[in-house]
Amino acid sequence: MMQMQSWRKTLEFICIPLGAILAALFAFGIFCAFAGGNPFGVYYSIYRAAFGSWSAFQNTLIRASPLMLSALCTILPARLGLVIIGNEGAIVLGGLGAVAVGLAIQGGAPIIVQLGMALGGMAVGGLWIALVGILRHYRAVNETISSLLMNYIAIALLNQLVEGPMRDPSSLNKPSSYPIADVNMLGNLPGMRVHYGLLFGIIACILAYILIQRTTFGFAARMAGGNLRAAKIAGLPVGKLTIAICFLGGACAGLAGMVEVAAVHGRANISLNSNYGYGGVLVAFVARQNPLAAILVSIMLGGILASAGILQRSHGLPDATALVFQGLVFLSILYSDSLYGRFDFFKERAIATSEV
Amino acid sequence: MAEALGWLGVPLGIIAGTLRGSAPFLFVSLGECLTEKSGKINLGLEGTLLMGAMSAYGISYLTGSPWLGVLSAGVAGLLFGFIHGFLSQQPRVNDVAVGIAMIIFGSGLAFFLGKPFIQPSAPQLPTLDLGAWSQSPPVQAALQISPLFLIGVAIAPVMQWFFRSTRWGLLIRAVGDSPDAARAMGVSIYKVRLLSIMAGSFLSGIGGASLSLYYPGSWSERISSGQGLMAVALVIFAKWRPMQCLYASLLFGGAQAIGPALQSVGIDSYYYLFNASPYILTLLIMIITCSPKRTLTGVPGALGRTNESRL
Repeated sequence: MMQMQSWRKTLEFICIPLGAILAALFAFGIFCAFAGGNPFGVYYSIYRAAFGSWSAFQNTLIRASPLMLSALCTILPARLGLVIIGNEGAIVLGGLGAVAVGLAIQGGAPIIVQLGMALGGMAVGGLWIALVGILRHYRAVNETISSLLMNYIAIALLNQLVEGPMRDPSSLNKPSSYPIADVNMLGNLPGMRVHYGLLFGIIACILAYILIQRTTFGFAARMAGGNLRAAKIAGLPVGKLTIAICFLGGACAGLAGMVEVAAVHGRANISLNSNYGYGGVLVAFVARQNPLAAILVSIMLGGILASAGILQRSHGLPDATALVFQGLVFLSILYSDSLYGRFDFFKERAIATSEV
Repeated sequence: MAEALGWLGVPLGIIAGTLRGSAPFLFVSLGECLTEKSGKINLGLEGTLLMGAMSAYGISYLTGSPWLGVLSAGVAGLLFGFIHGFLSQQPRVNDVAVGIAMIIFGSGLAFFLGKPFIQPSAPQLPTLDLGAWSQSPPVQAALQISPLFLIGVAIAPVMQWFFRSTRWGLLIRAVGDSPDAARAMGVSIYKVRLLSIMAGSFLSGIGGASLSLYYPGSWSERISSGQGLMAVALVIFAKWRPMQCLYASLLFGGAQAIGPALQSVGIDSYYYLFNASPYILTLLIMIITCSPKRTLTGVPGALGRTNESRL
């Protein structure tokens, strides 16, 4: 992945996703025109709401940060050839774990409480996805299906706990856990409205990239993902690798849950189940399982999510319009994956260029 | 419904819930079964279900004919199936990812187009009152069966026969189990899969019609509580056999009714966990029946494999 590429290949990697986004914008414009909106007005509104001003861009970043962490839950196991979509469950339980730890040690110094919440969220999320890895390795249970099932089980656990043992009796309409004290909440980055979750997300993506590309662990994982039998013959501990990488992926999603609890909601309730999990799966595939690309794709999706409100307010379009746009963009980008190598212009011309 | 009957209401509530709630499971799982038999997964049936529910309700409201609504739900399913069948068969495109994108696109489109239909009430499908013999209103209400449910019950054995005894059924199984052998027979894998996915989506769309035109019988954005995704688990539970999809749908529909039925007699301590029981059950069965030494019985051989490049 890091070897030198000719400018044609690089251009292909830029042009194809860009073309896919343009195609999605075009299709969305037609859709808006049918719905009675002015396509160009809608484009401008999306741009303004997502990236148009510093304040708007901060809204985008707030939505992008859990997506980055959530995407890693799919990206890391993908190195081993696993398709895990249990991000939602790991986020939900990570948030729950963070609250449980945060409430248990709430008397401590804020930095200790925050650290405890982060570790709690990561441990619970990590164990949850590690279980998927254990089932995969020891019982050959399909990881996509088991992680999907476990999403529902996690959400049921959340509902059960916040309506039962963890419930704050004063939360009437929306059963919730007791709140985290304000001093223990995760603050904002200096000079911004964006919380520290963004920093966590970017650091986690960079660390994941280094782990996969620059360490023996990452090399072993890639090898096992490429050819399982060869890896076993080479004596790689495939089981341990599977469980470890699932744990790390789950820990990232669990951290996303912690960030949502400790920086946004302040308590655990059903708001934790807000589709950042499935969003993260899509980010992972659109970023072609590359952690650095996931940062950019998360910001793009964050921007689309941030523009939902304005489409409703200034164009009279239902708020589901942003969902349609999101779907079109992802379908178009996923399709564009099949276009690599189909255009002659981007093909290597070794002989021709060497003679020039 | 169960209040007047006391404890007897629990089994009655579960039976009524099973008869009412299993039709969407049945249609979507039969659709997913057909799709997976051809070797592709369609996670996007959740979006198809919503789209089917919306178009059935909308068309029934606009034309006054619920059966036209059912038909349009199927057509909406066909279109979604075409998109999924086309995209998921492109080289390097992952069918799981396309499925999730289709959930987002489908639910977005359904909410967008369905916005005007949330308030008005559309004509519902007629029901067959099999409980007319009983004096008790709860029993009568419980036995109001939807004709769609009966159609679904009839499709299951037909599909079983179709896979076992017809040329087309054999083709689909060959494509799903061993694409190379099918290719050697001169079969177009692309076409067989596309048609299977489209037919499966058609059935799922009708499952959506059962949601909005029978039970719960209205259109709202929360009408499908993940039933489209659950059906994927259900097909595995049923080991890719249509008749077992029928039994599993009844079981899942019944399991969904356990929580509310117990709640009606005052037991609500484990409400949410009871609701999650189908998922827990499916996972447990997978853990018990899977083994690293052999593949799952009944699983189509090509399921989950990446697309061979068609270049």
